[in-house]
Amino acid sequence: MALYSEKVMDHFRNPRNVGVIEDANAIGEVGNAKCGDIMKMYLKIEDDIVEDVKFETFGCGSAIASSSMATELIKGKPLSEAMNLTNKAVTEALDGLPAYKLHCSVLAEEAIQSALEDYYSRYPEKRPADFVSRPAHDPHEIPEEE
Amino acid sequence: MKIYADNAATTRMSRTAIDAMIPYMEKVYGNPSSLYSIGQEAKEALDQAREQVAAVINADPKEILFTSGGSEADNQALRSAAAIGARKGKKHIISSAFEHHAILHTLNRLEKEGFEVTLLPVHEDGLVVPAELEAAIREDTCLVTIMTANNEIGTIQPIKEIGAICRSHGVLFHTDAVQAVGHLPIDVKEMQIDMLSASAHKFHGPKGVGFLYARKGIALTNLIEGGAQERGKRAGTENVPGIMSMAAALKEAADHMGENTEHQRALRDRLIQGLSEIPHSALNGDARKRLPGNVNFCFEGIEGESLLLLLDDKGISASSGSACTSGSLDPSHVLLAIGRVHDVAHGSLRLSLGEDITEEEVDYIIQSVKEVVEYLRSFSPVWRNLMAGKIPFIL
Repeated sequence: MALYSEKVMDHFRNPRNVGVIEDANAIGEVGNAKCGDIMKMYLKIEDDIVEDVKFETFGCGSAIASSSMATELIKGKPLSEAMNLTNKAVTEALDGLPAYKLHCSVLAEEAIQSALEDYYSRYPEKRPADFVSRPAHDPHEIPEEE
Repeated sequence: MKIYADNAATTRMSRTAIDAMIPYMEKVYGNPSSLYSIGQEAKEALDQAREQVAAVINADPKEILFTSGGSEADNQALRSAAAIGARKGKKHIISSAFEHHAILHTLNRLEKEGFEVTLLPVHEDGLVVPAELEAAIREDTCLVTIMTANNEIGTIQPIKEIGAICRSHGVLFHTDAVQAVGHLPIDVKEMQIDMLSASAHKFHGPKGVGFLYARKGIALTNLIEGGAQERGKRAGTENVPGIMSMAAALKEAADHMGENTEHQRALRDRLIQGLSEIPHSALNGDARKRLPGNVNFCFEGIEGESLLLLLDDKGISASSGSACTSGSLDPSHVLLAIGRVHDVAHGSLRLSLGEDITEEEVDYIIQSVKEVVEYLRSFSPVWRNLMAGKIPFIL
């Protein structure tokens, strides 16, 4: 079996929503170069809708594919959906990732969480009472496949 | 274009090597330990192969032990030297920080068993310094094990000097020559090598076969107990087709070494020259004291696995020392040993050229790597920060 699914390879070879949004109002960045993965997400949020989203990623094939898929899953969607996007949903949409690459999908989830945190710190009045962004994971604790 | 540029991982078997094994699978398939003629014929063939292999490194045929490959040879060499040392109360071993894992992991085991290990630094150029080795030798040193050429960055160690130092101090010297045999001239007598490991599939022979050279008088410790094959030092019916094929491949490699080296070196240097034009890149390891086919670069701001996957799309097979290609979180221990920091070690690329590489292929590789690096940098947040001056360039 190949290392990656066709879906992963498709999103890696032809990543969707690559780039920068100059007037983004929510920017999140997670990971570090020492570990070999950095993901940066730019969101343009209007009326509680993710009007636009773009990403930049330094990382392996699955990191790029996870970023691409995550942007697809939240683009044009209500903020609540972006808030609830999990790494599991990203992984499933990619038809799975090898166990030791699951942390790439976690990074994608966390990049969105980080962007939302940025958004609510810019507009504290919009922060839902029950929203607490999920903190970034320790890359040395790679989640096990369920 | 399809270019296989990962010959340090394994090589394509040569026609000579394939042809050499066939008769021992369909006609002379007897067990070399059997008395009837097809058994004895196989035994004679083995003797011949042993002579052929020994001749290439200037050893005696009795000093050649056939194994399942380089890792087994490394394990047996280290285990044997450790046992000899332990009998004399000498339990200190010297090696280098960038050895193959077959050496490093065996040393880890020996440490748990009470041995003390000194790993010499290999410096920015990827070379062991003989004077530092000599200074590390102690009264209780029983073994020095330093690879002939590094598998990732291809740097060639000063084996002759190391051999002379070890001999003068009465310390056994083993070298993992898996990347060197068939590619560099090796004379175990002139280089004063006591033990040497080699693997057939690195010189166009088959996988699953290799050999250990051990100088006469060195008592070997068995890893595999059983029958009396290999003078009682390695049990199990000999892999006759594999061994015949290895001997033929090695002879062919040795016969053409001069011309192969010259051809590969010229194209290696052309490739190094071309890749050096990529901004914020650096060659890993000394530019001259390296295997004729080895090129290893770091490119700042990108990650190695995505580079490999995109090169594969362009028909180029290569490898990387990035964490993502190793299945661990740390990049290659070799790149860290020569002082590359994690951030740039993740963006490494190894291209190990074959003897049949052409100028046209090298130019295609240069063009492809340039394109892929530029593309990956175009959406790398690290590259953006470097270009914006938010973080300093390392390369």
